[in-house]
Amino acid sequence: MATKPHQPLSPHLQNWRWHATMASSILHRATGVANYIGAVLVSVWLVLLAAGPDAYGVWEDLNAGPLGILITLAFIGFTFSVSFHLLNGIRHLVWDAGIGFDAKGSNLRSILIIGGAVIITAGIWIVGGLV
Amino acid sequence: MVQLTLPKNSQVKKGKAWPKPEGAKNTRAFKVYRYDPDTGENPRWDTYEVDMDRCGPMVLDALFFIKNEIDSTLAFRRSCREGICGSCSMNIGGRNTIACTAAIDDYKGSVTISPLPHQPVIKDLVPDLTNFYAQLTSIKPFLQTTTPTPQGEWRQSIEDREKLDGLYECILCASCSTACPSYWWNSDKYLGPAALLQAYRWIADSRDEATGERLDDLEDPFKLYRCHTILNCTNVCPKGLNPAKAIGHIKELLVERQG
Repeated sequence: MATKPHQPLSPHLQNWRWHATMASSILHRATGVANYIGAVLVSVWLVLLAAGPDAYGVWEDLNAGPLGILITLAFIGFTFSVSFHLLNGIRHLVWDAGIGFDAKGSNLRSILIIGGAVIITAGIWIVGGLV
Repeated sequence: MVQLTLPKNSQVKKGKAWPKPEGAKNTRAFKVYRYDPDTGENPRWDTYEVDMDRCGPMVLDALFFIKNEIDSTLAFRRSCREGICGSCSMNIGGRNTIACTAAIDDYKGSVTISPLPHQPVIKDLVPDLTNFYAQLTSIKPFLQTTTPTPQGEWRQSIEDREKLDGLYECILCASCSTACPSYWWNSDKYLGPAALLQAYRWIADSRDEATGERLDDLEDPFKLYRCHTILNCTNVCPKGLNPAKAIGHIKELLVERQG
């Protein structure tokens, strides 16, 4: 809201003590954005794969070079991003049915969802033997 | 608009550390937001040492101790001192609540007290809530009927009356609305949790005959749908109410009536 001239605005983010639900909410927004970027990354990979051995060679060279580690990290990040957005998306679906608004349970579920996304990501990459 | 930092004139500077009350053995530090409109200088954090042997158990008691014994220029709102009036709402230890029902012992170390977040400050802990009250007015928080007024009172079954539990108890302290990041960024268009809880309180009332109009009025990308279930409102409500759930029910009703 607009302040009158000279009237200060009271501190907000500066001294707010975060709730788990607040963190999972902003993470939902952030992973939503990250999912778009990740989808572009996957598309580039698929297009190069479909374009034949020469084109895919470009990707393989890049992956073997100094950028390789960044590409791997981006894919791991994308896996977490999709896992979190999916799990939290299910929660949003349940909320839309008018269920699960209690403060204590919501904070617990926020932590479980973030933990769950980490476990899924680790599971896919470690158990899947990708790294 | 989203602005993560405070404007230049609102940045809180280091303030004065007030001396310990004489002879006090058991003291507790309170870091309090101060703004003096007469000087127009930037707000500052003043630190006060409260003698806990001569102070009541609640944060409001500590504020009274400061005002009576240390610094009479400190301004804050208060009235009932028992969680009924909603006047002494402020940010204590990083969360909004009402000072009169917040026990000092529930906080660790020095207690930080600032005005309700993201509001224009009139003086010290007193924010300007004009916008908040205007939004409450806009949802018409009163019984609206078209049928002729009965001889006695408007009757309601026990079951219908129970539907208002958890809604009518709101004391309009504004803790929830000013806890909401969505409200911080869009308080000019988003009604915020308190006004929406009140809107639902009248939608849920079996005696009210303006449910359709009330829902029409809320079907707006900003007024209602800026709620992103961040749940800060429900987390901070000093009366234990659940504005997020009420907003969820309004959204459900809007979908249901589309058929």
